[in-house]
Amino acid sequence: MTYFQKDIFNTPPPGIPKPAKKSDRVSRLDLGSFPIVIGLLIIWGIFQMANDKFLSPVNLTNLMFQISALGTIAVGAVLVLLIGEVDLSAGILSGLSAAVMAVLNVKAGFPGPVAVLVGLLSGLLIGLFHGFWITRFRIPSFIVTLAGQIGWTGALLSVLGNTGTVNLRDPFILGLAGTFLKRDVPNGEILGWALGGVFVAGFVINLVLERRRRLKAGLMANSINNILFKSLVISAIVFGALFIMNADRGIPSSLIFFIGSVIFVDFLTKRTVFGRHIYAVGGNAEAAYRASINVNVVRIAVFGLASTLAAFGGILAASRLLAVNQSSGGSDLLLNVIAAAVIGGTSLFGGRGSAWSALLGALIIGSISNGMDLLALPSPIKVMITGAVLLSAVTIESISRHRREAVGR
Amino acid sequence: MVTGFPCFPTLEMRGVSKRFGAVQALCDVDLEVFPGEVVGLVGENGAGKSTLIKCIAGIFPIDTGEIRFEGQMVHIRTPKDANRLGIQTVYQDLALCDNLDVVANLFLGRELAGTIPINEEVMERRAIEVLEGLSITLPNVRSEIKALSGGQRQSVAISRAVIWNSKLVILDEPTAALGYSQAQQVLELIRRLRKQGLAVILVNHNLEEIFQVVDRVSVLRLGRNNGVFSIKNTTREQVLKAITGADYGMETIMRTAAPQEDLE
Repeated sequence: MTYFQKDIFNTPPPGIPKPAKKSDRVSRLDLGSFPIVIGLLIIWGIFQMANDKFLSPVNLTNLMFQISALGTIAVGAVLVLLIGEVDLSAGILSGLSAAVMAVLNVKAGFPGPVAVLVGLLSGLLIGLFHGFWITRFRIPSFIVTLAGQIGWTGALLSVLGNTGTVNLRDPFILGLAGTFLKRDVPNGEILGWALGGVFVAGFVINLVLERRRRLKAGLMANSINNILFKSLVISAIVFGALFIMNADRGIPSSLIFFIGSVIFVDFLTKRTVFGRHIYAVGGNAEAAYRASINVNVVRIAVFGLASTLAAFGGILAASRLLAVNQSSGGSDLLLNVIAAAVIGGTSLFGGRGSAWSALLGALIIGSISNGMDLLALPSPIKVMITGAVLLSAVTIESISRHRREAVGR
Repeated sequence: MVTGFPCFPTLEMRGVSKRFGAVQALCDVDLEVFPGEVVGLVGENGAGKSTLIKCIAGIFPIDTGEIRFEGQMVHIRTPKDANRLGIQTVYQDLALCDNLDVVANLFLGRELAGTIPINEEVMERRAIEVLEGLSITLPNVRSEIKALSGGQRQSVAISRAVIWNSKLVILDEPTAALGYSQAQQVLELIRRLRKQGLAVILVNHNLEEIFQVVDRVSVLRLGRNNGVFSIKNTTREQVLKAITGADYGMETIMRTAAPQEDLE
């Protein structure tokens, strides 16, 4: 009995609040993309310690040059993931569209711009075709695009023909990705600064206008200090990056196209009715359907747009590598594209994410690849490390999602 | 019926029948709802409640019979037809997008975009007004649906049904998944809809709640009308008898009419 009594006396009297659970408060904070940025800085720190050329202007400019094609394809992958689907043909489509462009230009003698346009169009049509097939016959997108990945590989081989490699010489096509503003354009350094200035100004003006509209409508708005802080951070990042690239060859044109795609898709998804419907379809397709959203049109349009971006990325890659060959768009490109989108913070389960995750993810994937190249690591190890990074990123995303759900109750 | 409305019922159904293959789901059903009136629709599972509201919502076109809306003969063949008339239905599964905020859900499918960028401020302002008009308190109209409680989600779903100047709102078991106090909040919300002059059809298994909030209760049994009762001079026992169609002892009736999962 003494044991029993002792137990009773040790019970805390009622009225004393239980200590708050620490995990509750921590996971309540929405850190956004902050952990990814920290991850990127850690990766940079490690490679810099292993090789002090990693953070040099030359290498960082190379990095930007290298990630643009991958990133542009990843912007398309973000779109497809947002509606809760997946596109396994993005990699091979980038190669096929580049091959269409290269063959038209080199073998059929079409002018560069026409060849590029037809290449983009081929991506658009194939994407619309995938979207149509998925919605018309209600087949999971991963099956249709897997079939596409296999089938379009054959198309790539037959387009390239017997030689298997088409070397590009057209100055327009080569200039698409490989024009460095400072090195190749008169007054390019100033032009680069101007582009950065326009970007930062657009960002700030957007925030200020939003604040004014919200105050006018009598709604809560961002404080001036908040806007000032965000503007300073963005200016530091943009002008810092410009300073580094201008210490070398300047901004590569491929990066301008990549960032342009990100801004375009970010505007499309966050600020237009179509974009709102994309998130709705990814969040709850049934609810979207009942709200009289044409779910199938949204899906088909997203596949069309994503494949166009894949084609654009493939053309940028061909322009950078000066050739299209049988392995264009193959190997680990698809893995890297989806990894970039997911690592950057876009959910594999639909409805969550942003075009900017393609930039962050491409930076991480690109940095790992670039750093391992600098260290001359063999390619099997590179692929395994990339796979491990993808797995850990998805794991972190899944854990944080479960936490959000637990807290959201 | 609330006096002071001159007029026709908002919805008047006469002799409505609906057959699915060999199953006669509805047979010669009548139903009336007036503006500013809450009509309870009760019946056992399989009595035809869900079929009837889906006919009104335009999901199942009726086979025979006529539907008048505000006195006019209408044909409701698709959900769009129903929406155009001002009929909104809130189903049990609410159909909200968890990943979008309250404002986005209220305007889903009908976003305001005068120019290319979506007009967030006007939508948010209007959302706040509608929620305030219905005395719904939410932590923040910009919080995601995922972060809301079951009662709050139900309130958002109902607000979405009334934001577009609807005339008739159909609520399919709005309290089924809620605890007592949250269910009371939803019933309070239904009273406010009545005060705003809307016609409301409330499908519910819980007779206690039915008696708390409706003006009339319409009973379906085996796909047919089995009595319409004005709630003021009706006892629960009478309604239960109409639901079960038998003269059981009270104890048996209570057990039979206990809320069950809708199998339809």
